Amino acid sequence: MITLKAGRERSRGDARDHVAAAHAGKGMAPLTRITLFSLRHPFQAILAVGATIIAAILQLTIPRLLGQAIDQAHNVLSVAGDGAQEALLWTALTLLAASVARGLFTLVQNYFSESVGHHVGYELRLAFYDKVQRLSYSYHDRVHSGDLITIGLLDLDGLRMFFSTGLVRTILLVVLIGVGAWMLLSTDVLLGLLALSFVPFVAWRSSVAQLTLRATWLILQQKLSVLTRVMEENLGGIRVVRAFSGQKHELDKFDTASKAALELAHRRVRVRVKNTSMMTFSFFAAMGLVLWVGGNKVIAGEMTVGTLASFLTFMTILQMPVRQLGLMVNSYARASTCGERFYAFLDAPVEIEDKPGATPLKISNGVLRFEDVHFTYPGSTVPTLNGISFEAKAGQTIGIVGAPGSGKSTLAHLIPRFYDITSGRITLDGQEVRDVTLQSLRRSVAVVQQDTFLFTTTIENNIAYGDPWAKERKIERAAESAQLHNYIMGLPADYDTVVGERGVSLSGGQRQRLSIARSLVLKPAVMVFDDSTAAIDAGTEHRIRSAIRRFASDRITMIIAHRLSSLMHADLILFLEDGRIVERGTHEDLLAQGGRYRALYDLQTRPTDDLEAAQ
Amino acid sequence: MSVVDDESEVAAFPGQRPPRASVGSHRIEEEVFGKAYDPKTVRRIWAYVKPYRLKIYLAVAAVLIFTGTQLAIPLIIGNAIDTALVAGGDPNNLLWAVGAFAIAVLLNFGASWVQETQVGQVAEHVLFDMRRAMFAQLQRVSLSYMDRTEVGRLMSRLQGDVSAMQEFLETSVISVGDLVLLFGIVAVLLSLDPWLGLVTLITMPVLFIIRIFWLPPAKRAFWAAHETNSLTAGAMAEGINGVRTVQNLDRQKVNFDLYDDKAYQNLRIQLTGSKYAQVMVPIVDTLTGISMATVVVVGGAMVLNGALQVGVVVAFLFYVQRFFDPIRSLTMQYSIMQRAMTSGRRITEVLDLPTVIEDKSDAKVLTGEMDGSVEFRNVVFGYDPKRPVLKNVSFKVNPGETVAVIGPTGSGKTSAMALVHRFYEVQDGAVIVGGHDVRDVTQESLGEQVAMVLQEPFLFTGTIFENIRYNKASATREDVIAAAKAVGAHEFIDRFANGYDTMLEQRGSNLSLGQRQLLSFARALVADAKILVLDEATANIDSYTERQIQKALEILLKGRTGMVIAHRLATIRGADRIIVLQNGEKIEEGNHDQLMELGGLYSKLYNMNYASFDDIPDEMVAGTNARESST
Ligand SMILES: Nc1ncnc2c1ncn2[C@@H]1O[C@H](COP(=O)(O)OP(=O)(O)O)[C@@H](O)[C@H]1O
Ligand SMILES: Nc1ncnc2c1ncn2[C@@H]1O[C@H](COP(=O)(O)OP(=O)(O)O)[C@@H](O)[C@H]1O
Ligand SMILES: [Mg+2]
Ligand SMILES: [Mg+2]
Repeated sequence: MITLKAGRERSRGDARDHVAAAHAGKGMAPLTRITLFSLRHPFQAILAVGATIIAAILQLTIPRLLGQAIDQAHNVLSVAGDGAQEALLWTALTLLAASVARGLFTLVQNYFSESVGHHVGYELRLAFYDKVQRLSYSYHDRVHSGDLITIGLLDLDGLRMFFSTGLVRTILLVVLIGVGAWMLLSTDVLLGLLALSFVPFVAWRSSVAQLTLRATWLILQQKLSVLTRVMEENLGGIRVVRAFSGQKHELDKFDTASKAALELAHRRVRVRVKNTSMMTFSFFAAMGLVLWVGGNKVIAGEMTVGTLASFLTFMTILQMPVRQLGLMVNSYARASTCGERFYAFLDAPVEIEDKPGATPLKISNGVLRFEDVHFTYPGSTVPTLNGISFEAKAGQTIGIVGAPGSGKSTLAHLIPRFYDITSGRITLDGQEVRDVTLQSLRRSVAVVQQDTFLFTTTIENNIAYGDPWAKERKIERAAESAQLHNYIMGLPADYDTVVGERGVSLSGGQRQRLSIARSLVLKPAVMVFDDSTAAIDAGTEHRIRSAIRRFASDRITMIIAHRLSSLMHADLILFLEDGRIVERGTHEDLLAQGGRYRALYDLQTRPTDDLEAAQ
Repeated sequence: MSVVDDESEVAAFPGQRPPRASVGSHRIEEEVFGKAYDPKTVRRIWAYVKPYRLKIYLAVAAVLIFTGTQLAIPLIIGNAIDTALVAGGDPNNLLWAVGAFAIAVLLNFGASWVQETQVGQVAEHVLFDMRRAMFAQLQRVSLSYMDRTEVGRLMSRLQGDVSAMQEFLETSVISVGDLVLLFGIVAVLLSLDPWLGLVTLITMPVLFIIRIFWLPPAKRAFWAAHETNSLTAGAMAEGINGVRTVQNLDRQKVNFDLYDDKAYQNLRIQLTGSKYAQVMVPIVDTLTGISMATVVVVGGAMVLNGALQVGVVVAFLFYVQRFFDPIRSLTMQYSIMQRAMTSGRRITEVLDLPTVIEDKSDAKVLTGEMDGSVEFRNVVFGYDPKRPVLKNVSFKVNPGETVAVIGPTGSGKTSAMALVHRFYEVQDGAVIVGGHDVRDVTQESLGEQVAMVLQEPFLFTGTIFENIRYNKASATREDVIAAAKAVGAHEFIDRFANGYDTMLEQRGSNLSLGQRQLLSFARALVADAKILVLDEATANIDSYTERQIQKALEILLKGRTGMVIAHRLATIRGADRIIVLQNGEKIEEGNHDQLMELGGLYSKLYNMNYASFDDIPDEMVAGTNARESST
C-alpha cells in the first residue's frame, strides 16, 4: 500500500473544489455535464485526445505503406534491380517506425483517458460521499440504502468511464473513418464510397440499439436491485424465515425476482448480438463489394493491386473499431442513464442545512423550550406531533411515556434538527434550533438511539466516534459511566477489540451501553435516551444515571422509557398520546391525578387480576 | 491502545495528532487468483453447465466456423489477386473469389450470431442457476453457521463470485476460437510458405516470453486495484448505512477527510494498474511492426525473385495484423480463468456447507391435529459443545397450557426456545413436540406448528399486509386485520392513507420500533400455529398496550400452547405455570402460588415488588453472571 505523505499532491486538487464542481451544471444533460466535468483535467484530456488523433492517423498510414510495398514488389518485377530492394527496405522501415509510434501514442491515449476516468471517479466519489452525509434523515427514510449503494458504485462507474469508453473512442472512430474516407475518396471515389458504405448502416443500427439498450438498462438495474434486496433481507432476517418455515416462500420471491431479471438480461443479449452481428455483416458486405469492383478495376488496368490491397487493409483496420461501436453505443447508453440517476441524487435538495448567516449555538443557562410544536413527516398526511409545549432547565430530567407510535422518538429527533418542524418553535437558551449552525447544535444535543449502529472498528474508535481526538482517559471515563469498562477489560484485546458486523457480537444491552458511552464523550448539554435502556437492567441503569449526573450536573436529560422506574424521579413527566401531551407533572402529581399514568403504574406494579378486581 | 489502523489515514490531518478514527474496514480478502485449473471445482461447475451442453456444443461449433471464415477471408483475397488480378490471371476467377467471399461472410455472420446469443444466454442461465442453488442451500444451512457469517460476505458470494463465473463462461468459448485462430494462422502461414512463415512467426515466442515476465507483477497490480476498489466501496457503504449515527455525532467532516484519503489512495493504485495494462500496447505494436516489415522485406524479395506470388504476401500481411489478438486475449483469459477457479471454489464451499439439521428419510409430518405439548427431556445444549448453555433441562408443557419462562439475561431462555423449533440440535436428551421427537418430524411441518415472535423485530420490504401474512398464503385479509386488531396495530395501520397496503420503507423505517414489534407479533398470530413462542416480544411496548395484547392472547391461545419469555411480573403472573431458568439450569417450576410457597428465587423477587425481572439488582442473581454485570 502506498503511504501518503502529509500534505496534498498538486494533481490531487482540493477535495471541496471537486465537490463544488460536481454540483455545477444543474439542469444540463448528463452527458454534457460529465464531459465538462471530465475536462477539468485539460492537460490529461488534451494529451489523450491528441494522442488518439495521432495514433489514428498513424494507423491509417499503415494500409498506404502496405499497398505501396505490394506495388513495389509487384510492379517492379519488370524493372528489377537493387532499386526495388532498397525501396522495399525503406517502406519496411517506415512501416516499423509507424507501428512503434502508433503503439506509443496508443499507450498515451489509453493511459491518459483512463487516468481522466480514474480522476473523475475519485472526484465524483467525494461528491457522492459528501452528499450522502449531508442529506437529511427524511431523504434516507425514503430511499433504500441498497439503491444508494447502486448509485455510488454502478452509476458512478458508468459515468466516470464515459470519457475513455465514450468520448475518446468516438474521436478515434471519427478520425479513422473521416480521415480514412478522405484518403479513400481522394484515391478512388467509387471504391471509396463502396468501402464506406457500411458506415451509415452501422450508425443507424447503433443508434437504434442505443435507444433499446438504454431503456432496458434502467429496468434491468431495477430488477437486479429487487433481487439483491430479496437476498439481503432473507439473509439478514434468516431467523424470521426459519421461525416461520418461510424457505419456500423466500425461494418463490427469489425466483420471481430472478426470472424477471433473467428474461431482461436475455433480451439485452439478443438486442446486442443482433446489432453487432448486423454491423459486422454490413462491414464484410462492403469489403466484398470493394473486392468485386476493385478487382474489376485492376483487371481493366485502372488501378494497381497495391491500391486495392490498401483499400482492403484499410477495411481490416476499421474492423476493430466497428466492432467496438457496440461498446461505444453501450457506453453512451450507460453513461446517460447512470448520469441521470447519479445527478438526480447529487441535485436532490438538502432539506436541512445551515441558514445563511447561522451562528454557532451558545449555551449559557441551558434552557430547552418547545413552543406549540407541530410536526408532520414529509410525505405523510397525518400529523405526528400536535402542539407540544414544555420547558426544561439545566440539571433537570424530563421523562416521556406513551404507546408505540405516540411520537416519542419523533419528539427527540426534532431537537438536534434531524427533521424540521412544521410550525412552532424549539429553542435552546432562546436561540431557535433553525437559526444556529447544525454542527454546534448536534454537538450540544446527543440522542442515544433506540437501535444502535456500530461501526466495524475497535471499541475505542466506536466510543470516540464523535470526538476522534478524545484522550484515552476520557474514553475510559465514558465507558466507566456507561458501566461498560469492566466488561471491555475482560475482552481479549480490551479496548482494541473489533466490534460491528465483522467483530465480536455484543448483546443488546452491551450495544446500548456502548452507544451511551459514545454520546457521553461529546459532553452534550442535552442528552436524550430514546428507549435506550430497554435491554439494560434497572440496577445498571441507575448506576449509569448517577455516574452521568456526577460529571454533568447542569445537563438536561430526557428519558424515553416504558419502565416507569426509569423515569419516576424525573422533574417532569410527559405522557404522550397520538402526538399530544395528555398528562404532565411529577411522578407524584401524576399518580395523584389518577389518570393514564396511574393506570400504567398500577399495571406494572400490581398483579393483573388484582387490578381487574379493582376496576 | 493502538491509535489508527493504518498510517496512510493520517494524511488527512497534517500537523495534528492522529484521530482514533477510520472509515470502512481493513479487510483482508481471500486470494483472488488461485490455481488456473482445479479439476474438482471444474467438475462441480460443469454440473451447472451440463443442462445447457447442447447449446455450448452449438456455440463451439459456431465459433469454429466463425474462426474458419476469419482464416479463409485473407486466403480468398490473396487467391483472387493471384488468379485474377495479376498479369496472366483469368478475370473469371474474380467472380469465383467474390462468390467464395460472400459465402464466407454469410457463414461468419450466422456463426457469430449463433455463438454470441448462445453463449451469452447460457452464461446468464448458469449465473442464475448457481445463484439459486447457493441461495437455496443457504436456506438449509445450520443457523450456527449463519450466526457466524456476515451478510456482506455471503452477498459477495451470491453476486461477485457468480459474476466471475459468468465472465469466464462468456469468454471461454471465445478463447476456444482464439486458440483455433492462433494455430490456424500458424498453420496457414507455414503452409503458404514455410520459410516466410517461420521468419514472420519469430516474434510470436518473443511476445509469449514478454508476457510471462509481465504477468506476475501485472497481476499483483490488478489485484491491488481490485482490493482498494472494494475497500473504498466498503467505506462508502458504511457511510450510507451508518448515516444517521454519523449525523447524530457530527462526524461528517472527519469522515469526509478520511474517505478522501481512501479514495485518493484507490486512484493511485488504479493508475498503477492502468500502467501495467497499457505497457503491453506498444510492445505488441512494435512486434507487429517487426513482423510486417519482415514480410515486406523478405516477402518482397521473394516476389522479386519470383519465388512467391504477390497475393500470398497480401494474405500474410492480413494475417500478421491479426495474429497478436488471440495471444493477447488468451493471456487475459488465463487470469479470468484463475479468478473463476477461485470463485468457483468459493461457490462450491457455499454449496457444500453442512446443513447439519436434515429431515430423516422417514420423517413424519406434524399436523394441526397434534396436541401441542412440548417436553424437554434432560436437554443438554451449547453453541460450543464444551460450554453448555442448557444443562440437563427437563420440563413439560401440557396441551393448551401457557407457560412463562423467566430468568436473568443470558440464562438460556432464547436458546431453549430455539430448540423447540429445532434451530439447533441438542447435544443430549430430547425435545419432544406433540409426542414426537423434533428430530423425527419434517422441519417444514414443525415450523408450521410453532410460531415465534423474536426478540428483534424484522420486517421485509413490501406492504404491511404482506408482512403480516408472510408465508401463510391461505390467510385472508380478514385474518390479517383480526391479528392486527388483536395486537392493537389496526388503529395506526388504518391511519395510513393506504391502510394495509402501505409500503414499508426499508425494514419499516417509517414505523416506530414499537410498531414494528406489533407487526411482527401480528405475523405470528396469523401463522395460526399450535404452539406460540414469544421471546420478550413486548420490550419496546408500554405496559398498557402489552396488557391489551395479553387480553387478546387469552382468547387466541385457547386450544393452543403458549411459551412466553417475559420480564414484567404482571405478564408472568397470568401464566399457568412458571419455569425459572438460571445459568442454564431449571431451578424452579410451578404456578405462582406454588412458587411463592416454595420460597425460592421467584418468591424473593416477587416479594421485593420489582416491576420487572430486569430490575433485579445484580447482587440478587447470586453469582450467576460473574463478569458480565448484566445482559
Ligand atoms: N421516518 C418516518 N417517516 C414517516 N413516518 C414516521 C417515521 N417515523 C415514525 N413515523 C410515524 O410517526 C409516528 C410516531 O413514531 P415514533 O415517534 O417513532 O413513535 P414512538 O413513540 O413509538 O417513538 C408513528 O405513527 C410512525 O408510524
Ligand atoms: N448464536 C449464538 N452463538 C453463540 N453463543 C450464543 C448465541 N446466542 C446466545 N449465545 C450465548 O448463550 C448464552 C444464553 O443466551 P440466550 O439463550 O440468548 O439467553 P437469554 O435469552 O436467557 O438472555 C449466552 O451466554 C449467550 O452469550
Ligand atoms: Mg420510538
Ligand atoms: Mg433472550
